[in-house]
Amino acid sequence: MSQANSEAVRTAAEAENSEFLVFSLGAEEYAIDILKVQEIRGYENVTRIANAPAFIKGVTNLRGVIVPIVDLRIKFHLDNVEYGGQTVVIVVNVANRVVGIVVDGVSDVMTLTPEQIKPAPEFGVTLSSDFLSGLGSLDDRMLVLVDIDKLLTSEEMALVDNTQQQ
Amino acid sequence: MDIADFFDTFFEEAEELLADMEQHLLELDVDDPDSEQLNAIFRAAHSIKGGAGTFGFSVLQKTTHILENLLDSARKGELMLRADLVDTFLEAKDIMHQQLDAYRNEEEPDQDAFERICHTLQQIALEEIGETLETPPAAPEPAPASAPPASSGLLSVALLNVSDKDRELLVEELAQLGEIQQQGGDEKRFEVLLEASVGADDIEAVMCFIIEPEQIAITVAGQSAPVAPAPADMPTPAAVQGAAEAVEKTPTAPEKKEKAAAKKPAAESSSIRVSVDKVDQIINLVGELIITQSMLDQTVSELSDQSVGNGSLQNGMSLLQRNARDLQEAVMSIRMIPMEFVFSRFPRVVRDTAGKLGKEIELITEGKSTELDKSLVERITDPLTHLVRNSLDHGIEMPEVREALGKPRQGKLTLAARHQGGNILIEVKDDGAGMDRERLLAKARENGLNVSDTMTDEEVYQLIFAPGFSTAAEVTDVSGRGVGMDVVKRNIQGMGGRVEIQSKKGEGTNTRIVLPLTLAILDGMSIKVGCETFILPLSTVLESLQPAKGDMYAMAGDDVVLKVRDEYLPVIAIHEALDVENAIVDPTKSIAVIVQGEGRRYALLVDELIGQQQVVVKNLEDNYRKVPGVSAATILGDGSVALILDITGLHRLSRTKKEAGKSAHTPHPAYDKEIELS
Repeated sequence: MSQANSEAVRTAAEAENSEFLVFSLGAEEYAIDILKVQEIRGYENVTRIANAPAFIKGVTNLRGVIVPIVDLRIKFHLDNVEYGGQTVVIVVNVANRVVGIVVDGVSDVMTLTPEQIKPAPEFGVTLSSDFLSGLGSLDDRMLVLVDIDKLLTSEEMALVDNTQQQ
Repeated sequence: MDIADFFDTFFEEAEELLADMEQHLLELDVDDPDSEQLNAIFRAAHSIKGGAGTFGFSVLQKTTHILENLLDSARKGELMLRADLVDTFLEAKDIMHQQLDAYRNEEEPDQDAFERICHTLQQIALEEIGETLETPPAAPEPAPASAPPASSGLLSVALLNVSDKDRELLVEELAQLGEIQQQGGDEKRFEVLLEASVGADDIEAVMCFIIEPEQIAITVAGQSAPVAPAPADMPTPAAVQGAAEAVEKTPTAPEKKEKAAAKKPAAESSSIRVSVDKVDQIINLVGELIITQSMLDQTVSELSDQSVGNGSLQNGMSLLQRNARDLQEAVMSIRMIPMEFVFSRFPRVVRDTAGKLGKEIELITEGKSTELDKSLVERITDPLTHLVRNSLDHGIEMPEVREALGKPRQGKLTLAARHQGGNILIEVKDDGAGMDRERLLAKARENGLNVSDTMTDEEVYQLIFAPGFSTAAEVTDVSGRGVGMDVVKRNIQGMGGRVEIQSKKGEGTNTRIVLPLTLAILDGMSIKVGCETFILPLSTVLESLQPAKGDMYAMAGDDVVLKVRDEYLPVIAIHEALDVENAIVDPTKSIAVIVQGEGRRYALLVDELIGQQQVVVKNLEDNYRKVPGVSAATILGDGSVALILDITGLHRLSRTKKEAGKSAHTPHPAYDKEIELS
């Protein structure tokens, strides 16, 4: 899906209520567009890739497809990075690629109305606000809405080969 | 069943017929033409015309029609063939091919080209035979095709040895072509009496998509038989015209069929057309099956370790394994097609290029039946064409020059293919001038490339693959722009192959392309480093040994070489290059695997050899990116992913690592170069 296309899809969805998958990284709650999610599975059997950034845990076999696994906890500099039974991999489908992201847990699926989505403030050192599509406010909870398309295809994630696209 | 369903079949058949036609035209000896070949060319044109008419491709039909008339004169001996006539026929064939492509894309064919070729062909007819063909070139809409279907009168269509199922289809088709008056008979001979709205040829053309021409016999039945001028029962003038046409054509039809039957008794179709997507899907599924099978195998062997082992389970597993492997091999062979598909286009390329350059070339092809994966066959054609053109242009000298040098006037170009280990070797060999080392070096310096006089010949020859490199004195139509050789090399490397050049000044050049047989499956050697498993392509592995302390020499700090039978090989410790933890650090306790990559040898230090196995190659770049030192990935028996190592990439990686580790101020040791060259 091209950038413009996904943009269009998003704006169309934003006009109405949109659904988000909520996951936790440490104590923080994040959410991504549910339409990007392909499946959720446990963290297992990851083959390390040498000389890759630390947050790229390696690749795994998803029914015959080789899928890279990214640990967002390391990427976002969280302190407690442990792999246990609760550790979950969300397999997302962005820019025609399948990528697994490691999170601490998946809590629920939320529907947010356009009024509940506030613009993200212009700050953030580890997580640039470019990669956020807003902040969701839900009673006293705050959800960080991550633009997973932009984040995973960005240069600093080193997931996409830039030379390959030339 | 709609007639449109046959479009694709027609396009494919017409393409094959055109290819046949070209091949026969090229083989034709103009001074003493073989009547068999002339007939074959005529038959191809005739079949295309019939099909084109049926489907309403009027431009193609008309072009073919004029060509067919000329060919008919040629086979009857009324037209004396000459080389330039054959060239014109070839040109006509090319234009027909373009028209065919246009129709396939649902476009109208190029009118200018059409009129031009019609004019040329008619000119030939006028000059050589002295007769005007009945269709004038100026009229773009040919009368026979666009005229409303005329009744051809009563035809009796006999279907010989046609199965019930096919017969139903055929009768249905016939019903669309006219009114069925009467039908009956058995499997051996089924007769349909048809009040046809089209000519006998068209009926035959439609039928031939389902059955062989020998199985049809069409005769004019009833009173509209060979009475030539307007029979009494024909109502309209249009019908009269149609009847005359039918009468003119029908009597020739059975005669032609007899001939075809006599010539090609074994022409029965023994192949089916399947889309490549379907085949690829099967290959993928079989790949998955193999993985599942190895997973099961592993589980069963663990069971038997616990002495729960069950004899019949074990037997079943080994049977499954054998069947799965056989299945895999059989499926892979579907994709394999002979090199002939590539080589068959070269007679034309060589003929055209040689003609343009004024050179005399004999083309020899060897190993046409060598089989290669279809995807590789498709991708090898362009690089190979480029190499052939290059050989013709730069390699082989002009006839006069050759005579002066005491060589035969006619240059020899050899295209050869053969299997070599797990690879296929394709050679483009000429007996031309060979490469001039000094000239290449001079040109390289001029282009600002970094070269030295101590480079080996092989390295110097590889310079021609540098971008923008051309030693041709002037740019010709054929080659010399220096664009392309770098693309050739890149394409071949993209296929997992390499190019080698052997050349001797004055004697010729031999360009060798080495390609893997297939890209989907790899014979691998699995190795263990620390607790990680990697795969080495078996084709790169030469031997493995336990290095003795005395054979390891350290050089200039970090670099280590291993002496193997009087040869010093650079040592690459995989655990260093790939940062593997818990690996054996002491080289004398690890195993050295001697591998070869791009013509150089290295010693890889690994912890353990696990064994050989076939692995299904999975692309890493689909969802991730290129990884240095790794060419692809595969899935092991336990479902986990293992990386397939790339030898040269690994070498580059370990060097950059060492350089980075050594901090910039240590100059690079000069030994490196020497060792690599050894």
